Amino acid sequence: MLYGALIGPFTEFEFMRRALAAVIALALAGAPIGVFLMLRRMSLVGDAMAHAILPGAAIGFLLSGLNLFAMTAGGLIAGFAVAILAGVVARSTGLKEDASLATFYLASLALGVTIVSIKGTNIDLLHVLFGNILAMDDQTLLVVAFNATVTLLVLAVIYRPLVIESVDPLFLRTVSRAGGPAHLAFLALVVISLVNGFQALGTLLAVGLMILPAGIARFWSRDLTSMICIAVVAAAVSGYAGLVLSFQTRVPSGPAIILVATVIYLISVLFGRVGGIVRQLFPGRHLEA
Amino acid sequence: MAALHFHNVTLGYDRHPAVHHLSGEVAPGALVAVIGPNGAGKSTLLRGIVGILRPLDGTIHLGGLDARDIAYLPQSAEIDRSFPISVFDFIGTGLWRGTGLFGGIGKAARDKILRAIGAVGLSGFENRPIGTLSGGQMQRVLFARVLLQDARLIVLDEPFNAIDSKTTTDLLALVKRWHGEGRTVLAALHDMEMVRNHFTETLVLARGPVAWGPTAEVLTPENLLVAMRMCEAFDDSAAACAADDVSSRAA
Repeated sequence: MLYGALIGPFTEFEFMRRALAAVIALALAGAPIGVFLMLRRMSLVGDAMAHAILPGAAIGFLLSGLNLFAMTAGGLIAGFAVAILAGVVARSTGLKEDASLATFYLASLALGVTIVSIKGTNIDLLHVLFGNILAMDDQTLLVVAFNATVTLLVLAVIYRPLVIESVDPLFLRTVSRAGGPAHLAFLALVVISLVNGFQALGTLLAVGLMILPAGIARFWSRDLTSMICIAVVAAAVSGYAGLVLSFQTRVPSGPAIILVATVIYLISVLFGRVGGIVRQLFPGRHLEA
Repeated sequence: MAALHFHNVTLGYDRHPAVHHLSGEVAPGALVAVIGPNGAGKSTLLRGIVGILRPLDGTIHLGGLDARDIAYLPQSAEIDRSFPISVFDFIGTGLWRGTGLFGGIGKAARDKILRAIGAVGLSGFENRPIGTLSGGQMQRVLFARVLLQDARLIVLDEPFNAIDSKTTTDLLALVKRWHGEGRTVLAALHDMEMVRNHFTETLVLARGPVAWGPTAEVLTPENLLVAMRMCEAFDDSAAACAADDVSSRAA
């Protein structure tokens, strides 16, 4: 009975197995990126980038229909363009990164919605906005796995400068020129992760599988490495539970995954070891030293 | 060969100078105090030396040192204290010159880091997140990182601000140890007593050099008075500077 509910869907249906594989790939690559987004106070930047990739995906869609390769390529180009333009403007004029990004992503979003509504139907728009992880074919799954692999490899390369730049940017500037390139590479990884999640969860929710796990991890650890591990596990668990929930009920898969993550997040806010509310209300007697 | 050579250096922001027409040399191994009132351009000068601010005019020669041979401790470091990193890892970043992007932290490097932590009196704090440290402890951490950087030129911007006397004594001992090892040390300071007692050479700055030389000769009431009278002039419609090599003594 329990087996039938929790494991049955995956042994029985291939599309569920594909969805599970995709969601695990997304968790492995997206959650670490989310942790850095949060620690660099860029959580909403991820959200903004998610909107920025819309026109590229829309153009890809118009040129070749519902071909996910074309949409991914278009999304990557649009995302990189916005990320790099915003980064360059911020670094060369002293305008704050968020302000610079806000202008570019709004322009990009307006362009994207215009393109989709001129040419496509409402169903197309819904698909673009919310994705459909259950409709994933082998090719798409391979693209997702490939993107996740690339993300992890690049993250390993830029890990050290990225950490130092997050803690003490001025120090990194005095010892190395790696800070700027590492930052741009990181923005690129954000875009790749978003486009990746975009096929499963849609533009609006893609960032959810990055930021919510990071928020969860923040309540359980004070150490970067364990934060990243916790975030990955939280994302994978949300993905799995969301798929089961979606299979058993009529909740669409994307929102189901994010809602499960939200529940875990709320539990963490209440009972988390690091700064959780219950822990703060009942801290126990103070220590000796 | 001088460790540092200033040739008619003007440093500032948006064409407005903060330090005007500074020329001179710092000998290798010198222990130099840079003093002057707030706004005299001390921080600006130090930022110019470490290369994060390009001179508006003139040149600063580092005498063969490249950026990695300089350790810089800024006045108000832009450190994100909430970032989840331990004291050990944070101080370990001082080894960047040796490890770079990928170099591993082996046994030898670990010992080095532990010795640096011990040298600043923070043994036992290795695994603490930097967010839990007090102001004085954080300053000790920053000194430990400078120690690990093993730099020929060490630039300290008001390193003893808001630091208690015990910590100041400990950290000052480190500065003197660096001097003893033949490293060139420049420090922006406000404590005249400390300058008089511990620093061999002094540069009095007031938007331009007021006096520069052996501390005993330079640290006179007259020079300090000139420096204190300096006004923080900032004129939006100022004309382009016409001075050639004349030190501008704003007063």
